[in-house]
Amino acid sequence: MPVVVAKDVRKSFGSLKVLDGVSLSVNEGELIAVIGRSGSGKSTFLRCLNGLETPDSGKISVADHELAPGEDALRALRQDVGMVFQSYNLFPHLTVGANIELAPRLVKKISRAEAADIARSVLAEVGLADKYESYPEQLSGGQQQRVAIARSLAMRPKVMLFDEVTSALDPELTGEVLKVMEGLSRSGMTMLLVTHEMAFARKAASRVVYFHQGRIHEQGPPEEFFGAPKTPELQQFLGAVL
Amino acid sequence: MIRSFGPAEFTFLLEAARWTLVLSLCAFVGGGLLGIVVALMRVSRNLVIRSIAAGWINVIQGTPVLIVLFLVFYGLPFFGLRFPPLIAAAAGMTIYASAFLAEIWRGCIEAVPRQQWEAASSLALKPAQRMIYVVLPQAFRLAVPPTVGFMVQIVKNTSVASIIGFVELTRAGTLMNNVTFQPFWVFGSVALLYFVMCWPLSVMSQRLERRLHAGRRS
Repeated sequence: MPVVVAKDVRKSFGSLKVLDGVSLSVNEGELIAVIGRSGSGKSTFLRCLNGLETPDSGKISVADHELAPGEDALRALRQDVGMVFQSYNLFPHLTVGANIELAPRLVKKISRAEAADIARSVLAEVGLADKYESYPEQLSGGQQQRVAIARSLAMRPKVMLFDEVTSALDPELTGEVLKVMEGLSRSGMTMLLVTHEMAFARKAASRVVYFHQGRIHEQGPPEEFFGAPKTPELQQFLGAVL
Repeated sequence: MIRSFGPAEFTFLLEAARWTLVLSLCAFVGGGLLGIVVALMRVSRNLVIRSIAAGWINVIQGTPVLIVLFLVFYGLPFFGLRFPPLIAAAAGMTIYASAFLAEIWRGCIEAVPRQQWEAASSLALKPAQRMIYVVLPQAFRLAVPPTVGFMVQIVKNTSVASIIGFVELTRAGTLMNNVTFQPFWVFGSVALLYFVMCWPLSVMSQRLERRLHAGRRS
């Protein structure tokens, strides 16, 4: 049963065609690694899945929500779809705990005490139980990104989207974030991640998708994808990054 | 009979300075309340609402405060609306302050990075919740120094109310000068009293600026 379905999604910014007919179906529990050159449309595609970008045409359905214009429809979808960004985007004026509790309290209308319980449990999940009272600026980049993951998890999403979440991190800090994501995947979360971490894609992904010029150019299970790329474009790309 | 400028005369100025403070306070509270509404309208997604706010800001910013005051005090009575000088001056200053504060605050709201909106949207917050819980608290930090700085302008600009006969500090100064003919001492005292009101605000603004920017990235 697919959790994410995209059919012939197209999107242009002015005269620039960013998505040129993308179709993808993701099953429950899959971890999809999306790779490709910058400008290939992979981030735009991910942002279309939770409505941060509106496709010009095509159909998107995520966790049984059809992507439709209008605040209410979008909010219903976003309750089931978590998103983590490259620049963490934690709220700097709130403590780690308050960052995590904000959405459950405002959107799900749960009590302060219940939200605090959830915050502590998701923080423990990402290994930062002792940072509840800290402010984001007191944390390292890797810690901030783990808090951002925890903040998304607190909404109990059915799908998680990760948009180059380790790209802003020092190499020695990416490991801790990837470890959290791997654990999340093992617990059965459906995940899509745009990434440049080829080793991680190879190890953890159930399927790797290669974006080229606004289309899905090639996809497959990691061994096959990295071991025997079929198209010359992917061969060239892998040659350049591996 | 010519009076000389002594303690009694200085006390007269001091009492008039009280009205300068009252007028400043009215302008700041009224202008602040109206200004936040205009600022929020200015960043609305609705083009009509946004345009109304932009029009308000442009017209008021492009008009001397004095003319706004004349319009309220001399213009409105033509429509049967007659106000005493204090009310007219407070209304004129409120209109003036609302446009400038709205523009300052719009800038602060827009200075909050777009990614903060996106993160709040992704967490399924409603537009009003994004504004109230995520954007405004951050915009507030940015807004404090320029807002306090603008308060100094308000205090000084209340002097235009003297033109419509409201006896605040400047008007009291001209009155006192007419009976003492000691302009140096009279207006020197007036300047001193303005300074005493404005200087603490300037110092506060500089302090806040330093404190809010210290140790902050970007």
